[in-house]
Amino acid sequence: MNEPIIHVENLCKKFDDFTAVNQISFDVSRGEIFGFLGANGAGKTTAMRMLCGLSFPTSGMGTVAGFNIRTEGEKIKSHIGYMSQRFSLYDDLTVFENMKLYAGIYGLSRQQTLQSIDEKLEQLQFASEKNTLVGALPLGWKQKVAFSVATLHRPEIVFLDEPTGGVDPITRRQFWELIYNAAANGTTIFVTTHYMDEAEYCSRVSIMVDGKIEALDSPKKLKEQFSVQSMDEVFRTLARRAKRTE
Amino acid sequence: MGTLRVLLEKEITQIRRNPILPRIFVAMPIALMLVIPWITTMDVNDVKVAIVDNDCSSVSQRITSHVKGSTYFSFRGNATDYQSAQSALESGEIDVIILIPNGFERNLSSQQPKPIDLTANAVNATKGSLGMQYVMQTTIKAIGEIQQEKGLNPTSSDVIAIKYFYNETLNYQHYMIPALMIIVLLLICCFIPALNIVSEKESGTIEQINVTPVSRLSFTLAKLIPFWIIGIIVLSIAMLLAWLVYGLTPTGSLGAIYLGAALFVVTMSGFGVAVANISDTMQQAIFVMFFFVMIFMLMSGLLTPLTSMPQWAQDVTYLFPPRYFVKIMRAVYLKGATIAEIKMEYICLACAAVVFNTLATLTYKKQS
Repeated sequence: MNEPIIHVENLCKKFDDFTAVNQISFDVSRGEIFGFLGANGAGKTTAMRMLCGLSFPTSGMGTVAGFNIRTEGEKIKSHIGYMSQRFSLYDDLTVFENMKLYAGIYGLSRQQTLQSIDEKLEQLQFASEKNTLVGALPLGWKQKVAFSVATLHRPEIVFLDEPTGGVDPITRRQFWELIYNAAANGTTIFVTTHYMDEAEYCSRVSIMVDGKIEALDSPKKLKEQFSVQSMDEVFRTLARRAKRTE
Repeated sequence: MGTLRVLLEKEITQIRRNPILPRIFVAMPIALMLVIPWITTMDVNDVKVAIVDNDCSSVSQRITSHVKGSTYFSFRGNATDYQSAQSALESGEIDVIILIPNGFERNLSSQQPKPIDLTANAVNATKGSLGMQYVMQTTIKAIGEIQQEKGLNPTSSDVIAIKYFYNETLNYQHYMIPALMIIVLLLICCFIPALNIVSEKESGTIEQINVTPVSRLSFTLAKLIPFWIIGIIVLSIAMLLAWLVYGLTPTGSLGAIYLGAALFVVTMSGFGVAVANISDTMQQAIFVMFFFVMIFMLMSGLLTPLTSMPQWAQDVTYLFPPRYFVKIMRAVYLKGATIAEIKMEYICLACAAVVFNTLATLTYKKQS
């Protein structure tokens, strides 16, 4: 259990002559809520895609849940959950159908499927909307359903790429309760966000600037290090150093 | 296998919920089968003929009456001279001129008879050449009758005997119908699953699938199987319509048709998926697909016979899988061929199915 669930060394991703992710190294331990911050275009999504086995690293190495990200991408996939920046459930399927589809893909038995869907709907207090088409839900609800789908199979780690972008403050709060809940059950959370109040909720935070990790520590220590009052100020200080634009 | 089942369930639900697709699957074969055979006819049955009779003999009268009596021609009267007939030909009022020279009958029995001149407007090449042949046959027949009555040796009345095999009535509709069935299958199995995949790319839903342990084969199969089934159902509707409306039933066995169709839909959908996998946008996919489908339609003997192509083009057509299915459909539908007789076509189509579907699975990349 002491072994980090994510271990990354000198990870790089180049697109032609553009280096999106430049030699990043970090560890994430089990059960952490790891905040992965950075301005738009800093390389967060690219780094996350490499960890999820969606993209091959140009150089460097890394393991997720004990599997090599370069050669064992498909094994990683059965141990993780992923929620992308863009809402990506099927709009023309109902909440229940979407959940059932992903439960089936992750190999849950029929009984496990029904049971975990019931649990999720209960947790979301969403049983009444079970048969609503996902496309008809408001964005905040869609994101909560997407989170439930990403954690339906009880993954060891779940990757969340700006899960609360465009979501209202109340729903954002509810969303973080879901995250805390999952973390309390032992799921490691790897989350990117632009909301600095959310960064304060994380156990540890890394801040990426121009493809490099410029700071990595608990929110408290980061504030001390930069002698400021809030994560917002930490972020501004670092992000101001960015040279590249979107 | 459990994965494949849930994915299939998803695809079928989505097709069912689609507001347009299920209707198109029913409407397309009906529209194509009911309309197109009537308008793409290449039958020649209204050749407008004018006769310039400079002989005014019993022979020329016999020719005239034969032309009048034929269902292929519409007789547009005797022209007074060749000049006026020719200007009528140029303006499109008539298609073929028969010029009977003065003294034709008198010289008929001599060693060097005066020739009859036939002039045809060949702007419409099919009508020009076919019309000319019909006129020749009719004229020769008329002359032959006269020669026989006079106790002369008929020159050639029975020398030319034309017999058409396999499509005895020369019914162009019968030639077109198997082709239309192929077009319907091509559209359903090549385009729709491919566009379906590209739309998942555009909406981002495929990314959520790519981050799961689902195998590339299950995902691709789940996309294809529903359209294979729909393709075969649509083909059956088309065959039913061919029987009800045109009285055309397959001369060969249904099994031979369905085996060919099954191989064909598997091949073409594999091709469509490969194109979808290398395309990022709908525009790109449609454009590339359309390019190939046009080539398939024009270069597989679907609309024009392969044998009328230059040799190099005929060689190239061996690369196009629809070529084999066109041959199978026409051979089984019209000639009653059995699978054993055209087994090379089945084998080639099966090989194409393996090649294209391997390509489809290889080009699908979950990790880039």
